[in-house]
Amino acid sequence: MPKVIDNIQIGPQNWKMRVYVPKLVAKASPGQFVIVRVNEEGERVPMSIAGLDRENGLLTIIYQVVGKTSALMTTVEADGEILDCVGPLGLATHVDNWGTAILVGGGIGIAPIYPIAQAWKEAGNRVITIIGARSKNILFYEDEHKAAADDLHVCTDDGSYGHHGFVSDVLKKILDSDEKVGMIMAIGPVPMMRVVANLTRPYDVPTWVSLNPLMVDGTGMCGGCRVAVGDTTKFACVDGPDFDGHQVDFDLLTKRLNAYKEQEQDAFHRFLESPSCKLSEAVKNTG
Amino acid sequence: MAVERIQKKDRMKIPRCGMPEQEPLERIRNFNEVPFGLAEAVAVLEASRCLECTKAPCVAGCPVEVDIPGFLTLVVEGDFAGAARKIKETNSLPAICGRVCPQEEQCEAVCILSKKFTPVAIGYLERFVADYERENKLTRLPEMAPSTGLKVAVVGSGPAGLTVAGDLVKLGHKVTIFEALHKPGGVLVYGIPEFRLPKKIVQSECDFLAEMGVDFKNSTVIGKSDTIDELFDMGYDAVFIGTGAGLPNFMGIPGENLIGIYSSNEYLTRSNLMRAFDFPTYDTPIIKGRNVAVLGGGNTAMDSVRTALRLGAENAYIVYRRSEAEMPARAEEIHHAQQEGVQFHMLTNPVRFIGDDSGKVTAMECITMKLGEPDDSGRRRPIPIEGSNFTLDVDLVVVAIGNSSNPLIPQTTPGLETNRWGNIVVNEESMKTSREGVYAGGDIVTGGATVILAAGAGKVAARAMHEFLMTKKEAIAPDD
Repeated sequence: MPKVIDNIQIGPQNWKMRVYVPKLVAKASPGQFVIVRVNEEGERVPMSIAGLDRENGLLTIIYQVVGKTSALMTTVEADGEILDCVGPLGLATHVDNWGTAILVGGGIGIAPIYPIAQAWKEAGNRVITIIGARSKNILFYEDEHKAAADDLHVCTDDGSYGHHGFVSDVLKKILDSDEKVGMIMAIGPVPMMRVVANLTRPYDVPTWVSLNPLMVDGTGMCGGCRVAVGDTTKFACVDGPDFDGHQVDFDLLTKRLNAYKEQEQDAFHRFLESPSCKLSEAVKNTG
Repeated sequence: MAVERIQKKDRMKIPRCGMPEQEPLERIRNFNEVPFGLAEAVAVLEASRCLECTKAPCVAGCPVEVDIPGFLTLVVEGDFAGAARKIKETNSLPAICGRVCPQEEQCEAVCILSKKFTPVAIGYLERFVADYERENKLTRLPEMAPSTGLKVAVVGSGPAGLTVAGDLVKLGHKVTIFEALHKPGGVLVYGIPEFRLPKKIVQSECDFLAEMGVDFKNSTVIGKSDTIDELFDMGYDAVFIGTGAGLPNFMGIPGENLIGIYSSNEYLTRSNLMRAFDFPTYDTPIIKGRNVAVLGGGNTAMDSVRTALRLGAENAYIVYRRSEAEMPARAEEIHHAQQEGVQFHMLTNPVRFIGDDSGKVTAMECITMKLGEPDDSGRRRPIPIEGSNFTLDVDLVVVAIGNSSNPLIPQTTPGLETNRWGNIVVNEESMKTSREGVYAGGDIVTGGATVILAAGAGKVAARAMHEFLMTKKEAIAPDD
């Protein structure tokens, strides 16, 4: 079983877990994902790759506590184990030299754009990274992004740190400047990816997004992760997770992500109220 | 022990045994297995019906050529474990095949008794002896050949892969099975429901292989974590690809991505593998429809519709574009579904799905069909009757119309020939692919088929792989 090296809280709702999976790490590329299972009764949860330490065989996962499974993940201690960590799954993010390339990360999406920034930089791009969160205490990976990008812009919705406003405001400024941008990739909450895609459409800059629909097997077998892209239905697990943001049906994605909302909330509350729940108060408060 | 058999003419007077099973109204409220199995006395009597005809057409009717008269004789003699071992000489999975094989189209269809009477209940008896052996802990490791020092990789742990692994490990090869999911068994675990094939039986078959020395590597997606070429680099001498059903097919009609429209793969995987029927004890949720339509007429459709009933559906429909005569499902599955109150909408095809503002399916518009001339499959082609559209209220739809092949291995294996549907091309005599040392079988080759056909392909492949391996060994170390 994959060994967990450490599992630390990095924000009010965010945790960072490093897992020792040398084979997976040797094979994985930025943009791919893994599927994690924490306990026997647990779900199979797709997780973006938030870092690849090839020298030490370590995979970094950054996750947000939104329900029972993610809450359970916080209970795994350093030197503990998780049941499975399958992957790498999905197709890698495209890497090329476009001259200037922009990465936009919102919320938990700040994590997966980090290894992509490293790969794009290595391919010779001038990488501009824009990261944003609701508030300063939610931000993470600022130093990492500073090191990986040529230019880093940080935004908070409440103005508690960096630019007061949305990542799209900063992006628009850059697009309106003399900077010739060859590629944009946005990862984050669906509303953010939609706003970015709508913003860049008139500028005619290719804009990719990484989608996170619900999944079961992650190998193409179930079709639960289907997304509409242009006129076709795609399976995010084998055809993605990256798609042309100008063609993605974000409405459908939003609705499908809410398919089990009631059951998920029910399960989370039952879990929090159960006598065996050993979650820290910090985690309980997020529920 | 020789038992005096009753006269052949008297054997014909014995009626075929029935199978005791849970009452329909009771069983649709649980996921327990429907048939209970035969009592010993009943099994002995049923086996004694065999006429021991010299031609034994039943053996030829079995895709893995089980010595049926041989095992039936052992049942008559009361040596049930011996009977199970007799079957295992050619079929590694009797407890499974006894439950899921379409016997009525195979061994039992050609039983000489079926001409004037009813055939021997070969399937029931196969199940009986396998259960007897397992439950009484009489399972013995078969005779194992000395180690050849050769390594085989089996990709996929469904019926084809398990068969290949069982046959090759007995011949002295070191076998590793790679499984993408977290539990071995493939379709036997994620696809076929508990009420038709209890998961503990699949687990015990896998445990038995492990005891024989087969190494299971779960949660490993070949084509992603390692390619076929890398398996050879890792020292495997031959590879079998039995990755099974691939990407689920959808109808390609408007509204198909609404919430509440599942592929049968997803619906069954949630319920069977992830045990969503036991939510919230298990964390994976499933949509429990009140009015559930399952599209398709195969065994998977029957499994899905019967699962829906057990998850509380008030109306569970099979919607099939041809008539009952063309349905590919086993007779027993259709019969069980009818007993349980499934409503059959034959000659009906959906044309679009209708949803509400939150994106959930609420209804399905259908059109009535009629049968025309036979098509390529030999079945009469369904033709829509114009203007016959009607709407069916549904809050859950399960699309069970087959799969197309999974691209993960063909995409990453240069030189592996596939046909226009993406299925791997093999020589049917040997299941050898276009790549040296690479064999394939089961649904990845044939498209959607049955457990026993996959196991049969595994048998053929194992024989050819053994030959290939021994030739290779000879070439490497002729003196060995």
